[in-house]
Amino acid sequence: MSGAPRASRQRPHGGGWEVAVWYLMRLTGVALFVLALAHYLIVHFLFDPSAQTATWIIDQRWNQLFWRAFDWTLLMMVLFHGFMGMRTVIGDYTHRPRVRVLLLTILYLLAVLLFVIGTLVVMTLPTPGGA
Amino acid sequence: MLLRYRGREGMYGWLFHRISGVAIWAFVILHVVDIYLVGGNPDAYDELLAIYASTIGRILEVLLGAALLYHALNGLRIVILDFWPAMTRYQRVLWWAVWVPFVLIGLPVAYQIMAPVFGLPQFEFGGG
Repeated sequence: MSGAPRASRQRPHGGGWEVAVWYLMRLTGVALFVLALAHYLIVHFLFDPSAQTATWIIDQRWNQLFWRAFDWTLLMMVLFHGFMGMRTVIGDYTHRPRVRVLLLTILYLLAVLLFVIGTLVVMTLPTPGGA
Repeated sequence: MLLRYRGREGMYGWLFHRISGVAIWAFVILHVVDIYLVGGNPDAYDELLAIYASTIGRILEVLLGAALLYHALNGLRIVILDFWPAMTRYQRVLWWAVWVPFVLIGLPVAYQIMAPVFGLPQFEFGGG
């Protein structure tokens, strides 16, 4: 680190995956600024969570393709942004390569698991008609 | 290396960003699993929802919102600084500026979430 105080890591030099991740963190971050804040304000401010039972979600929220698509997109953005962020955190606090590889493996497996069950429920939750 | 940016706003900005990020990440794991229950075991979901709607659940909900709002606003600040280098002169001013929308948005949201605990009226938005 040199020169003026920084608010974030410098963009990595060279090309490749690390630079892509640097850009994608910012891209997904901006997408989440819109999607995640909208989601939270709708679920917690416009509506009260106590009213949003499983039946309510089936009948009122995920009866519309728009909200399924919105929520799934939100999930994709958050899985990338969150798990790539945790990759950085793990990298900062582990010193031994084997420990890091182990933790990152668990991290990525967890991400895959969440991707599978999240996609599964968005795609297969019945519509009110019972389809 | 526990702390990255020594001193003042830069350090706190980074620290809060990391803490809020990890907290949100942990919540997201819980949340994807609980939404899976909507399809997998709706009764279990409704039971969990009752916990979320309890007093302690609402307090945690407010803390989640605080983490989310800070992380989002400071994240925006980071994007501005990364892609508009001339603004780095105002790096510290921007960090303080983050707190303005944080309070303006955060307070009504915190009220709305905690109101039922105290028997206070919530804001109504038609549909409801």
